Amino acid sequence: MQRRQLLALGLAAAAGAALPQPQERVIRIVARKFEYSPSEITLQKGVPVVLELTSEDVIMGFSAPDFKAGAEIVPGKVARVRLVPDRVGSFDFFCDVFCGEFHEDMAGKIHVVA
Amino acid sequence: MRNAIDRRDFLRLAGLGGAVFASGLAGCASLGRAGQDDFYFVQLSDAHWGFSGAALNPDAGGTLHKAVAAVNDLAVAPDFIVFTGDLTHTTDDPKERRRRLAEFRDIVGALKNKNVRFMPGEHDASLDKGQAWKEFFGASYYSFDHKGVHFVAVDNVSDPAARIGDEQLAWLKADLAAQAGDARIVVFAHRPLFDLYPQWDWATRDGAQAIEILMPYKNVTVFYGHIHQEHHHMTGHIAHHSAKSLIFPLPAPGSLPKRVPVAWDPAQPYRGLGFRSVEAEVGKAAYEITEYPVAKA
Repeated sequence: MQRRQLLALGLAAAAGAALPQPQERVIRIVARKFEYSPSEITLQKGVPVVLELTSEDVIMGFSAPDFKAGAEIVPGKVARVRLVPDRVGSFDFFCDVFCGEFHEDMAGKIHVVA
Repeated sequence: MRNAIDRRDFLRLAGLGGAVFASGLAGCASLGRAGQDDFYFVQLSDAHWGFSGAALNPDAGGTLHKAVAAVNDLAVAPDFIVFTGDLTHTTDDPKERRRRLAEFRDIVGALKNKNVRFMPGEHDASLDKGQAWKEFFGASYYSFDHKGVHFVAVDNVSDPAARIGDEQLAWLKADLAAQAGDARIVVFAHRPLFDLYPQWDWATRDGAQAIEILMPYKNVTVFYGHIHQEHHHMTGHIAHHSAKSLIFPLPAPGSLPKRVPVAWDPAQPYRGLGFRSVEAEVGKAAYEITEYPVAKA
């Protein structure tokens, strides 16, 4: 499957299908130049989670290629990404919307434990 | 062409240039047509003018000048020169961005060959959708023909989300529609059109659509920048070649936990930096790529 299709799936999730179910864990991540807060999150393998992403300044991106998940984070709006971590390990996420001088440093980690 | 033969002989005799890489389809049928001729062009990339950081390049203010001098010193002049993006290092200040673009333009103005093609990189264009870059260098995507080869420059950086976009993809399709199925086509881009390593943002979000448009054409080669190192990859029959940078090298895709630039080595200054020549011969859909350092050892 092509990356754009995978991203489209992730974005579709962000657009509505990712609204948290009653039992689902929600993690809020705030993006601002040039960091995420928190920049590291720990998830449990097989347990779905919804990331609620907001931006405090400019349009940012969120991309977690290992989970085929991505979203654009527009200031004033909440972008939702649903993840079901299927592997144990540490995985990168990063900003994939060029946002300024230190854009290339804007990254974080998803730790998945058993 | 006499010049091309002279140049090959010169390279062989003088032992200049780095590894030579043959790109494209070996043993292809003759593609020679009337009005075609051997020629070569030079690709430079990722100058990042305005960058400062002594640990990565203590000669950040001098490396571009050295590259310009090295191109001017080539024994046989290229037909044209192309810069595949990131002419300048990004800045949040629009005035400073224009100052860097102006300085870059003035420095490369010292190139003896005035047939120079420019392309934006995300450092030049992503923060203002290419506005300042276009003030200096014109259209960010375009095509031209040279001695039987159709060249297409694709802009995959003016959208900060690294999309080529539907409008440009439609233009690309229409532009190529005038080409025969066996036409020699060379594409220039800044980012890789394929998913080289999305974890480091080494991809174009809708690059697969561009490759889909290129696929029906038998003789397509892509030259790009962005990843600050030589890299060669095939998507089907289409060859993709990335160029070295003129500021600092980056590690091989996925070779380190983070995309941290390679530190300057005082024992081997300018290591990993350079530019390349690309030679096109009549009757072949293959290209001979020769890598050059920016400064002589």
